[in-house]
Amino acid sequence: MRERRRVGRPLQLLAGVLVAVLAFAIVAQWRQDEREDFSGVRGAELGELLKSLDASNQRLARQIEELSATRDELRDSSASSEQAEEAARKRAAELAILAGTSAAAGPGIAVELSGPEDAVTAAILLDSVEELRDAGAEVIAINGAARVVAQTYFLDDRDGVRVGGRLLEPPYVIEAIGDPHTMAEAVRFRGGLADRVEDRGGTVTVEQRDRVAITALADVPEPQYARPAS
Amino acid sequence: MIPIIGLVVGIVAGFILQPTVPAPLEPYVPIAIIAALDAVVGAVRALGEKRFDDRVFVISFVSNVLIAAAMVYLGDQLGVGSQLSTGVIVVLGIRIFANAAAIRRQVFHA
Repeated sequence: MRERRRVGRPLQLLAGVLVAVLAFAIVAQWRQDEREDFSGVRGAELGELLKSLDASNQRLARQIEELSATRDELRDSSASSEQAEEAARKRAAELAILAGTSAAAGPGIAVELSGPEDAVTAAILLDSVEELRDAGAEVIAINGAARVVAQTYFLDDRDGVRVGGRLLEPPYVIEAIGDPHTMAEAVRFRGGLADRVEDRGGTVTVEQRDRVAITALADVPEPQYARPAS
Repeated sequence: MIPIIGLVVGIVAGFILQPTVPAPLEPYVPIAIIAALDAVVGAVRALGEKRFDDRVFVISFVSNVLIAAAMVYLGDQLGVGSQLSTGVIVVLGIRIFANAAAIRRQVFHA
């Protein structure tokens, strides 16, 4: 027993040292694993890691491509809808001029019809409008007050002519936007409007202008029965 | 008593010195730790059975660590390092569990 003790003492110390070394190594390794690096990873595992990174890289690249394509598509479609909107706006403006709901300006003529009481009747006015339209008049207004559109009617009244519900009194000035020369010829040709008015004792003066501004608007009633069908 | 002092000294030294594992030893330290733990758990079991021997503990500790490190080294040289270290860890884990079960039976009689 005594001998055993003598031998046992250093061995016990050695065992303690070994345990201390173990604890030290555990702590060291523990701290090592908290660091985020790959120095402790084997080559094969690194290869696997690299492969999986490659795969996810490819997947993400494909995703980027798809999303860019979608973005481009959306951008194109928004551009084309902008174009469509622009075209619709232009068309709406054209239709507004045609329907008489917007003011218009451009080259044209002013025709003044004057004379005694019955020299210029509703029929004469209507004829002159038709004549001007034949010559390509795009916008027509009479006396700066009555815009002539598709629904406009002409009625003889006691004091003048009722055009689209407005009473106009002589002298009548018809302003028209269109090719000034053609329209002036249409009024003045032999046996035409000017001759007819002058036969009845009236006078017709035609003035070609570089710029005729028509601000009179037609009263467009809201359609009561008709609805767009398409 | 001495081993417990050693344990405390080792942990404290580890936290104070903040060591880093040298790169060449990096693959071997985890396996060596498991092997040493196996020896420690076996020693605790022997202590409980009143047949603990310093000599056996020291020799089994050192030889466990050396053999485990040698197997990992051999595996790395043969190109099966990760598989072999997994195998070593499994075997040592089984032994640790078995010893722990024996300790549990002694302490709790269950």
